[in-house]
Amino acid sequence: MTSTFNVVTSQEYKYGFVTDIEADSVAPGLSEEVIRFISAKKGEPDWLLEFRLKAYRHWLTMSEPEWAKVDYPKPDFQKIVYYSAPKPKKPQYASMDEVDPELRRTFEKLGVPIHEQEALAGVAVDVVFDSVSVTTTYREKLAAVGIIFCSFSEAVKSHPDLVKQYLGSVVPSSDNFYAALNSAVFTDGSFVFIPKGVACPMDLSTYFRINNKESGQFERTLIVAEEGASVSYLEGCTAPQFDTNQLHAAVVELVALDRASIKYSTVQNWYAGDKDGKGGIFNFVTKRGLCKGKASHISWTQVETGSAITWKYPSCVLLGDDSIGEFYSVALTNHKQQADTGTKMIHIGRNTKSTIVSKGISAGDSSNSYRGLVKVQPKAEGARNFSQCDSMLIGQSCSASTFPYIEVQNRSARVEHEATTSKIGEEQLLYFQQRGIPAEEAISMIINGFCKDVFRELPMEFAVEATRLLSLKLEGSVG
Amino acid sequence: MLSIKNLTASINGTPVLKGIDLEIKAGEIHAIMGPNGSGKSTLGKVLVGHPAYEVTGGEVLYEGRNLFELAADERARAGLFMGFQHPIEVPGVSNAAFLRLAYNKKAEAEGRDELDPLEFDDFIHEKIKLVSMKEEFLDRSLNEGFSGGEKKRNEILQMAVLEPKLAILDELDSGLDIDALRVLGEAVNKLQRPDRALLIITHFPRILETIQPQFVHVLSGGRILKSAGKELATELEDRGYDWVLEEAAAGGAR
Ligand SMILES: Nc1ncnc2c1ncn2[C@@H]1O[C@H](COP(=O)(O)OP(=O)(O)OP(=O)(O)O)[C@@H](O)[C@H]1O
Ligand SMILES: [Mg+2]
Repeated sequence: MTSTFNVVTSQEYKYGFVTDIEADSVAPGLSEEVIRFISAKKGEPDWLLEFRLKAYRHWLTMSEPEWAKVDYPKPDFQKIVYYSAPKPKKPQYASMDEVDPELRRTFEKLGVPIHEQEALAGVAVDVVFDSVSVTTTYREKLAAVGIIFCSFSEAVKSHPDLVKQYLGSVVPSSDNFYAALNSAVFTDGSFVFIPKGVACPMDLSTYFRINNKESGQFERTLIVAEEGASVSYLEGCTAPQFDTNQLHAAVVELVALDRASIKYSTVQNWYAGDKDGKGGIFNFVTKRGLCKGKASHISWTQVETGSAITWKYPSCVLLGDDSIGEFYSVALTNHKQQADTGTKMIHIGRNTKSTIVSKGISAGDSSNSYRGLVKVQPKAEGARNFSQCDSMLIGQSCSASTFPYIEVQNRSARVEHEATTSKIGEEQLLYFQQRGIPAEEAISMIINGFCKDVFRELPMEFAVEATRLLSLKLEGSVG
Repeated sequence: MLSIKNLTASINGTPVLKGIDLEIKAGEIHAIMGPNGSGKSTLGKVLVGHPAYEVTGGEVLYEGRNLFELAADERARAGLFMGFQHPIEVPGVSNAAFLRLAYNKKAEAEGRDELDPLEFDDFIHEKIKLVSMKEEFLDRSLNEGFSGGEKKRNEILQMAVLEPKLAILDELDSGLDIDALRVLGEAVNKLQRPDRALLIITHFPRILETIQPQFVHVLSGGRILKSAGKELATELEDRGYDWVLEEAAAGGAR
């Protein structure tokens, strides 16, 4: 066959390098001793150690969830390293000059702005390397308006009451298998507190990097927006390329009080494994936002491109009357990747509204599932939901599935669900090429068109990054 | 400009083109007619590089170069255009953005200046007048939800934007109302120049009254059975295809 398509070999994962840095790690395995070690290492108060131990004891009684449409060898939890920190052990650096040059080079290579003067469009960044946060930029500027943006460990020390008040208030430590595990062993993450009436003057961002081969990453993020406050938060992630699987089990909790608004955006590019499915990150994440106050607003936007396995359902609990929950998602899978992702919208308050826009793109031999729950509780008078789930298939051997669950217990509620499946086939591509547009640009244009409703929700730089990432991930998969 | 010699091609292992010879010179207009399933669209798709078709023999020279050495997008930038019988829909991609990218790709290849969105806006407004298209179609997603006739109008708009040297128009006339047929036929005529050529695939002589060919070919069973002047089109309309097939069989030369 004289195929005239440019077959470009799939772009190698660009962030797959390992930083050779001396790490302070605990031996693999999980026990109460390890948890006590982590807690002591971080100099935590007793209540937090108790929180961990309680979660651990509960976790021991639980088993891994089986319902997701993903198939993987169950991790051996005794082989995972639960604490790994780059030396020097000091978890927070006073200035970038104190940071190990090797580590600094790592983030330069990753393009993460850890110097304030180099920072992109004034985004404040918290950088988490394996188990600890290595630096947070723009802290003083934010502190001037009363905003707290720091690593989780630091927040435990400097604002223990706030942490104690909200930790586990949205995702209880017994919520699910991975949330319980995270509650027992979480090491670091970001803490954000926006006080009453303050609109955060810049985007806040955390950059997660898994470096250690055996280490799991169990980060914990907590964002609280008080009455009338607002914030836009971005999360980015990468990991080196290993032929074994690493576990990432994060918990993110968002709390929005009256009229507060939290916008949480993720561009996830963990290492996905190679073409044959060897290696890659297992991404088992619990993300949930509580619209606690009246007319509060939580919006999740995610672009999921990496990981060998993705198991993730950013959700909104719409407790306050007139509160709004949104979920915008692009999930791309290629080669042997598997993703089971979606959202839960729990309508409890009156006149609560939710919107779900999910775009699944599958290529290669991958499997891509949307799983979403819309639940309207009896008191949610006038609740409304609109869901749009579109799947795009590239090639012959991938699959896409949609599992919408709808439970409505209030008769005044309106719930709408739309779903479509389409294909980027030869015909579409030929059409572009016939007009002089090369295949790679054609794919990128078609995919962008498909994802438009989601990309629109991303901050500008993130949208550009997401577009580029999708094109890269799909190179060579058509034609 | 285009020289096809004994071209054979198949799809999924089934031969569809069984030895096509055709010579198209600059300034000429050719029409191809023939029964359903005879291979007319296939010929066009093979020429523009559709990957599903396998060229099994013969050669095609385009401006003296081996056409099959060029990728589909290179052929397009070299001036080959096909207006499709069934243009595909592309949700989320704006018609204007698509047209501009296509224009700029060609401009880039020819070393001309690319147009920014504002400049392109002026440029495209002239072009839509030529095909009497409403402006709102520029902001819509490419062909998405377009009626059959609107899609054809959009194909000719693309032709007007790209100004190809050789345009293959596959059943431009099917699905067009009477006015649209006249407008688009005239637009195609305006785009025709001495250094350009047209290959019109059609079932009806009507469009050939506007776009007047010098040559009409009958394609049947993957072969060109008869070639003659423009009068052949009306003769076919009166008498059907059977006599051409019989004549070819009686000739038996092949
Ligand atoms: N993808 C395919 N798989 C199998 N057969 C195909 C495929 N595409 C085309 N064919 C066959 O090739 C033959 C020629 O088709 P083609 O579309 O070129 O005909 P046509 O002359 O353009 O017909 P029409 O006048 O109906 O448009 C037909 O028999 C058709 O069924
Ligand atoms: Mg046809």
